[in-house]
Parts: sequence; C-alpha cells; structure tokens
Amino acid sequence: MERLDLSKFCIRLGDSCLIMAHRQSEMCSKGPFLEEDIAQTNLGLDLLGQAEALLIYAAKLEGKGRTADDLAYKRPERHYYNLLLTEQPNTDFAFVTVRQYFMSVYLVKVFEKLATVNDEVISGVAAKGLKELKYHLRHYKMWLVRLGDGTEESHQRMQTAVNELWMFVGELFEEDDNDRLMVEEGYKFSGAEMKSYWTDIVLSDIQEATLTVPESDYALTGSKKGIHTEYLGYMLTEMQYLQRAYPDAKW
Amino acid sequence: MFIQTKKGLPFKHAGSVHAFDKEMAIQNARDLYTRRGEGRGMWVVPADAIVAVDPSDDESFFDPSNDKIYRHPTFYELPEGIKNM
Repeated sequence: MERLDLSKFCIRLGDSCLIMAHRQSEMCSKGPFLEEDIAQTNLGLDLLGQAEALLIYAAKLEGKGRTADDLAYKRPERHYYNLLLTEQPNTDFAFVTVRQYFMSVYLVKVFEKLATVNDEVISGVAAKGLKELKYHLRHYKMWLVRLGDGTEESHQRMQTAVNELWMFVGELFEEDDNDRLMVEEGYKFSGAEMKSYWTDIVLSDIQEATLTVPESDYALTGSKKGIHTEYLGYMLTEMQYLQRAYPDAKW
Repeated sequence: MFIQTKKGLPFKHAGSVHAFDKEMAIQNARDLYTRRGEGRGMWVVPADAIVAVDPSDDESFFDPSNDKIYRHPTFYELPEGIKNM
C-alpha cells in the first residue's frame, strides 16, 4: 500500500488558498465601493496567511530544502495543484461572489476536520483559519442572497456565474489514492461525505437567493495532476514576475 | 460605528460606514474598524437615529457648567485599586 503523503495534501490545499488569495488581491481598487474594496483585500490576506502556513509546513515535510516562497514563486503551472474553481477569473462581481462562496462552504468543512487532527501544526493552522473562513462564508452568503434576490440584472449575472462555474464543483469531491489514505487517517471527509455536506448547504442558500443550479453534473477536473484551465498560466506570469526577473530578490 | 475596547468599558465612536442594511453595516464596520484587535464589542447605529446638539446651541448647552467646578469630584481622594473612573 502507498504511503500517505501529507506534504502533497498541504501543497494542494495551500495552492488553493494561494490562488484564491491572488484572485482576491486582484480586486484591490476594483471593489464596488470603498468598504467592500477593503473587505475583499482583507479576505485575500486571510487566505494568503493560510496558504503561507500550509506551504511552510509542506516544504518542511517534503525535506528537499525548498521554502514556502520557492513553492509559491518557482513552480511552473503543471506543478500547481489548486482546484480549478479557484483560478477562474474575476469576470464580474457575481463570478467573484459565487466562486468564493462555493469555496468558502468547502473550506469551512475542510478546516473543521483538520482542526481535530492529532498534528499540532495542521490543527493550529486549521483552528485559526476556521475563524476567518466562517466570516468569508457569512460575507459571501450575504452577497449571494442580496444579488441573487436583487434586481433583474443582478439576478441574471448571479445565475450566469452559477451556471458557468458549476462544472468546476465536481472536482471538490474528487479523490485519488492519497486522498483516500487521508480519509482513513482522519484528515479529510470522504468525497461522498463532503459532497453531501456541501450540496445541502449550497442548495439551501441558492434557493434563498432565488437561483437554481444546472442539472448537468458534468465535472471538469485535472488539478490533482497539475492540469489547469487556461487562466492559471496568466495568473502565475503576473504573480511570479518579480522572482523570475530578479531571482531571490531581497527587500 | 462604536467600539468597546474591553468588556465592561463604554462604547466609543470610532468612525462611519456606508451600508444598505444592518447586516451589511456590521460586516463593513468589522472590515474597516476591527482588523487590528481594536475591540471586543461593536455597535453600528444609523446616522439618522442619533440626536445631536446643533453647533449654534453650544453656548446654552455647554457654557453654563464652566464656573461650577464643584460638580467635579476632584476634592475626593480615589481609593487605591480603582482603575476606570
């Protein structure tokens, strides 16, 4: 039987947090009004903190002398393992809201489980992150309902975002051998358990927002093998520019 | 927007936020004013619910107390151990 790879698990989760953080940081100065602009970058910083903690631990477990910065800034696209949903672009505020809402429901559950494991680093990171993510969920649920059950245009935009992002949801419940080992060791809910938790919450909130979900359960996946949608490469180009142009720059 | 820095202390005005309703107001207040451990309690009150003294009425509201120093408890010694007074 294959050995459990905790480092891989931390990299995958850390990458999702990192890419979400970057998408949020792109909202800086583009919020619909000042208060929300500050909120968006605030939430991005929460996610960046979670990503940093997870990547520091991943690098340590990996034991190849790489740092969290090496992982964030020196890996090419095919060595990134964030969920495809997290890299989808900020097409409009509806896409930002739906993407971060879907992920917040998921991450709250992921962190709830991790907060109970018998590993002080993981449970510590998770307990701290959970406080933050519960607020993310509250914030994005507010926008989901407000805009879904808002004007004709806001409703239409939200419905479009739900429809367009729906095919990336299935990947949240995908499992490979390492995930199954993590489930056995109590680090993760199984894909089926997670799907049931996630779907119950989301369907109820979506209904409150007077929206619907597509009937198709077609799911685009690939991130566990480092295969991404076209958007990640552009993001990394911008995110990694400084390290690529001035390797190991200090400030 | 009012912040209480510690349980038991009074709430103090910290600033203003824009919002369309109570839930958005409390979230915006949180994102603007409690990011650096400023408090443990928070009130957000609609501006039109606050009754304020018109600046042109300042004299009749505040000046009459100027010559009545005996209203200040400055002639008493504070017992030791009293921190917030």
